[in-house]
Amino acid sequence: MAKITFITQSGEQLTFEGESGSIMELAVQNDISGIDGDCGGVCSCATCHVHVDPTYFPQTGEAEEIEKDMLELAENVKPTSRLCCQLEIKEELDGIILTVANE
Amino acid sequence: MFTKSQHCIIIGASHAGVQAAFSLRKEGWEGKISLFDSSSFLPYHRPPLSKSFLCENHPHEKYQLKSKAAYEKADIDLQLGISILSVQRKQKVVISREGKTYPYDKLILALGGSPIIPPIPGIDSSNKVFPLRTLEDVQQIKEALHATQSKRVAIVGGGYIGLETAASLRKLGARVTVLEREERVLARVTCNEMSYFFQQLHTSHGVQILTQKEVVHIQDHPSKVALYCSDGSTFTSDICILGVGISPNTSLANEASLEIKNGVLADSTGKTSDPDIYAIGDCSNHFHEGYQTHLRLESVQNAVDQAKVAAANICGKEITYDSIPWFWSDQYSIKLQIAGLSTGYTEVICRKSSDTSFSFWYFRNDTLLAVDAINDAKAYVNGMKWLKGRIQLDKEKIANDKEELKLAAVE
Repeated sequence: MAKITFITQSGEQLTFEGESGSIMELAVQNDISGIDGDCGGVCSCATCHVHVDPTYFPQTGEAEEIEKDMLELAENVKPTSRLCCQLEIKEELDGIILTVANE
Repeated sequence: MFTKSQHCIIIGASHAGVQAAFSLRKEGWEGKISLFDSSSFLPYHRPPLSKSFLCENHPHEKYQLKSKAAYEKADIDLQLGISILSVQRKQKVVISREGKTYPYDKLILALGGSPIIPPIPGIDSSNKVFPLRTLEDVQQIKEALHATQSKRVAIVGGGYIGLETAASLRKLGARVTVLEREERVLARVTCNEMSYFFQQLHTSHGVQILTQKEVVHIQDHPSKVALYCSDGSTFTSDICILGVGISPNTSLANEASLEIKNGVLADSTGKTSDPDIYAIGDCSNHFHEGYQTHLRLESVQNAVDQAKVAAANICGKEITYDSIPWFWSDQYSIKLQIAGLSTGYTEVICRKSSDTSFSFWYFRNDTLLAVDAINDAKAYVNGMKWLKGRIQLDKEKIANDKEELKLAAVE
């Protein structure tokens, strides 16, 4: 169980509790604007791009190589960018704040 | 322009239809949106059907495209389990199986495709032969497989669906034979070397891959099914799965006298021969501005991007469809990513970092057409950028994996 907060490009701040699965799935289930998850969560489309709040970046860690490569196709990339289909919901991420990179 | 009293009807609620509904709202459509589908399931991701949905035991809710609440929030009237049987263009209405009439101002056809059932004697009467296109299909396959002891599966067709299904079934411990009619698997979509790689990959995972096997007769026995091939060989299995492609669903459009040619004919905005009707996704044979030709593509990317373009045009924005096509396939620990379309290539260049990480670059003379990247997202990403930018490339640098890939772009 972890509380995940999303901040959208329009400034809306929304918090949801997730049990399992990926953060992308949680976002899509709750219709977070800017997270599409077109490929269904297999790191193939780069449509679930978020900026991890730097305070929480040690918990998520850096992206794997394939994810880093895929992020090259995304816009608005920052040092704490991640594709949130690759972030599994777990207790260590409780309280995390993610800014959605796209509108 | 459009007003609150207008009604947009979308027929087909898979990747294209659902995206169109949400994109209409995003583009400012204030009228009613009705989204029809004959299936009763909340719209879901299709690619996992032959992959994780088949071999893992997640509930199907995990694969929903959007939550139920999302449709309500966007004020999309989701009409599931309703089959639309007719489009009356003069009256601008569609009619359901129950005989109910729904008027439209704009109509989007996202009709998808249906699995091809080859005209093999015995195929229609068999209850052990399954297509794989819908959630219902996969549920049936899982149940049928579960009911057998020996878990022997014959897959007819060595395309992406057939091979993904083979990989998933191996994970479930099934004994799998793939029967491919052509000389090699993936013959229609990749070069020889890629076909060879996938053939070896599956063989090393215990799948029997047999090529030049044309099934000519199918016969059910009490607890098995026999497949007879044209060369006299026979294969017996518990169930048989068909993966020989799809044909676009055009009958609704055909009966409404829209122009049909390998799908519903559409321009580069998705508009059909009727200015108030659009056709998107697998069913749409659309004009692609980038390739300057009509294309009918079967992919999530095409469905989603075409839906966005059609929705924008319905809302008064003049944009055309010119996306670079992309595809992916996951089999065992292999991730294949494809950018572009290799049709018409004259040369293939291989860049190899290791036995399980490499890429094939398809050229027509000096023009890059497509990249097939195996466990090599860098190749895919660079290929995508170069295709978009129509960048000239140094082929020798591409072939040399000691050179940094980025340097292959000619300034």
